[in-house]
Amino acid sequence: MKKILLGNEAIVQGALEAGVDFVSGYPGCPSAEIGDEFLKIAKENGVYAEWSTNEKVALEAAIGASFSGLKSLVNMKSFGINVCSDSLLPLAYTGTKAPMVIVVADDPSCWSSAQSEQDSRGYAYLSHIPVLEPSDPQECRDFTKLGFEISEKFNIPVILMTTTRVSHQKMPVEFNKTNSKPQKIGEFIKNPHQFSTMPPRVLEMKKELLEKLEKIKAYAQISKINKISKNPGSEKFGIAASGVAYLHTLEALKELDLDIPILKINLFYPLADKTIASFIKKLKKVLVVEELEGYLEKEIKIIAKDNGLNLQIFGKDLLPKTGELNTEEVILALSEILKLKIENSKFNLPASRQELKIPRRTARLCEGCPYWHIFPVIKRIAPEGAIFGGDIGCNMIAGLAPHSMHDYLFSMGASLGISHGVKKSVSPDGPKVISLMGDGTFFHAGIPALINAVYNKSNPLVVILDNRITAMTGHQQNPGMGKTGMDENTEELKIEEIAKACGVKHIKVLDPVNTKEFEDTIKEFLDKDEVSLIICKRICKLLEKRQNSPSQIISPD
Amino acid sequence: MQDKTFNIIISGVGGQGVITMLSLIDEAVFIDGYDVKSSELHGLSQRGGSVLAHVRLGKKVYSPLVQDGRADLIIGLELLEGLRVLNFANKDTAVLVNKYIFPVLGGLPQKEIVKKLNESFTKKMHIIEASDICKAKLQNEVVGAIYLLGYAVGKNLIPIKKESILKAIENIVPEKYRELNIKAFNLAYGDN
Repeated sequence: MKKILLGNEAIVQGALEAGVDFVSGYPGCPSAEIGDEFLKIAKENGVYAEWSTNEKVALEAAIGASFSGLKSLVNMKSFGINVCSDSLLPLAYTGTKAPMVIVVADDPSCWSSAQSEQDSRGYAYLSHIPVLEPSDPQECRDFTKLGFEISEKFNIPVILMTTTRVSHQKMPVEFNKTNSKPQKIGEFIKNPHQFSTMPPRVLEMKKELLEKLEKIKAYAQISKINKISKNPGSEKFGIAASGVAYLHTLEALKELDLDIPILKINLFYPLADKTIASFIKKLKKVLVVEELEGYLEKEIKIIAKDNGLNLQIFGKDLLPKTGELNTEEVILALSEILKLKIENSKFNLPASRQELKIPRRTARLCEGCPYWHIFPVIKRIAPEGAIFGGDIGCNMIAGLAPHSMHDYLFSMGASLGISHGVKKSVSPDGPKVISLMGDGTFFHAGIPALINAVYNKSNPLVVILDNRITAMTGHQQNPGMGKTGMDENTEELKIEEIAKACGVKHIKVLDPVNTKEFEDTIKEFLDKDEVSLIICKRICKLLEKRQNSPSQIISPD
Repeated sequence: MQDKTFNIIISGVGGQGVITMLSLIDEAVFIDGYDVKSSELHGLSQRGGSVLAHVRLGKKVYSPLVQDGRADLIIGLELLEGLRVLNFANKDTAVLVNKYIFPVLGGLPQKEIVKKLNESFTKKMHIIEASDICKAKLQNEVVGAIYLLGYAVGKNLIPIKKESILKAIENIVPEKYRELNIKAFNLAYGDN
């Protein structure tokens, strides 16, 4: 059957068709809909699904499932792969027992990402894990299935790499309807020889992994995972493209009315070098169209050199390394190589654009957001020169006008890690240091930083903005709520009890609407010689509204 | 439907219904049996930021992104957001903007935005009080987006049949709000 699907929905569909049993992940944009959708449909489809506390734990949960014979899928945004990398690398060595697909969604142009504009394909080199790159929702569905097939055949996890423009792209997608199945019960059969990376076995495992990759490369070549639109004939020019950039390339060729052979790279790693060599051997010029880093371009240059081919290879000399690509940029690169005269008026290229100076509409706190009671109060009460650490989540908005109170912003939980370092480095009589952190982030990566600050005796003030949910990414459950991702009742973990167990002596839980109490506590805690922690507990306004009237007329964008 | 791909840009502020409108257009085009690709952004935009969606329809569509200056139709659910996406317009682009303002720090006064819109090189500028009309006649301004869609279909600014949009509303909008959405659509469609 055929239906309009979002890239992320198509991934869910592909996984269901492959018979996935176990889904774990951590919400982030642009991957969150994958986990959200699975949690909605898990029970009726015989799937176990969870939001884990962070991506490392999510991956480890899936490793446990795989070792117990369950097909698993892990979902995360780009930065999630950094968090889980510690377990990702050994997983390549042990390999999987039942197949596993790891979805990593990058965000070129940082539409909804602070931190960095990372190109997660780089992890292929570090981890030796195969990477598939779909261009559109149809391929999201197809490549998820293919990922499970490759994983099953070679006992290796497979990364499915999307970007915002793939995950949040919609189109009519062909798929097979799946029937509901009972939840599979796995069985853990002991096999420490395969599951334990203890040396010297670990080096043997590395050898096995490298051999596996050669087999996958051969398989990719035979089964034609990478697609050639037409074999180069008399043309002396060809294009290699991957991801959504492939679609912009097709569009650019249509615009320019050109018929040029294209090699579409679907399996980024291991790269099918023989396929590439045979594609480029008759060519004089090749343009490599890929987003962000020029990884493919470098690989193709090496392949050309190894095969003694003398041709010009273009890529990042003509296309930007920053920001997502679009059709215009591909048109410009093609016109440069083919010496085409492009009429600015026809294509409205940057030179002829009308300049419109319009104030940016940045994210802001929602109407009625509890944080309206927090940022201005901290700003007012904090002594002059106080240093503010910002963290990831809705509280990031503290960094924007009219609050503008971030002195640094890094990654999940980093506000506290860095604040500790600042506090240890400056004079004890120096500036006060205040870290802001959301409840979800506290559970994700804040706890080790809190322990470190207590253990190593510094004294930042930590303000936890507990709005009772992981809000920024679209309202996902977290361990502080007493509900699992599948909406089952569970233990409600109390931040104040965790902080107490971490050795924090000064802890206050308050409702930030009580301004006087909040002000007095800030003043009191800023004078403490030890770490102090205020938990501002008040429910997210959107969540409160939703709880009172479950479905709205129009879903919030 | 003509051979040429038809390009639509929808802009607004988080919560105004950009994604719903995009879903309805996607579904209606699919019902009509044509190819469609669209692109939407979530995330930070959810918190009162600008929301921008691209929709492309035709016999065969490749890229999900509309190029600058190549939109056939622009629908702005808010004045400033309508002005912001004029880089996608050319002189033949139909531009439909909701006369509704969602204040922003350092923003322009309504009069000035309307003036700028009217002074743009685009020949087909429609500034419509969609939210106000819906508020007055349906006691709900959020369906202003659906009103604009009804207007676009009624004026033939978009190559989609009325019946297909109505079918799409039936397929996508939750039952309890379906009637309200159909009313908003018909209100604009009949106004023409």
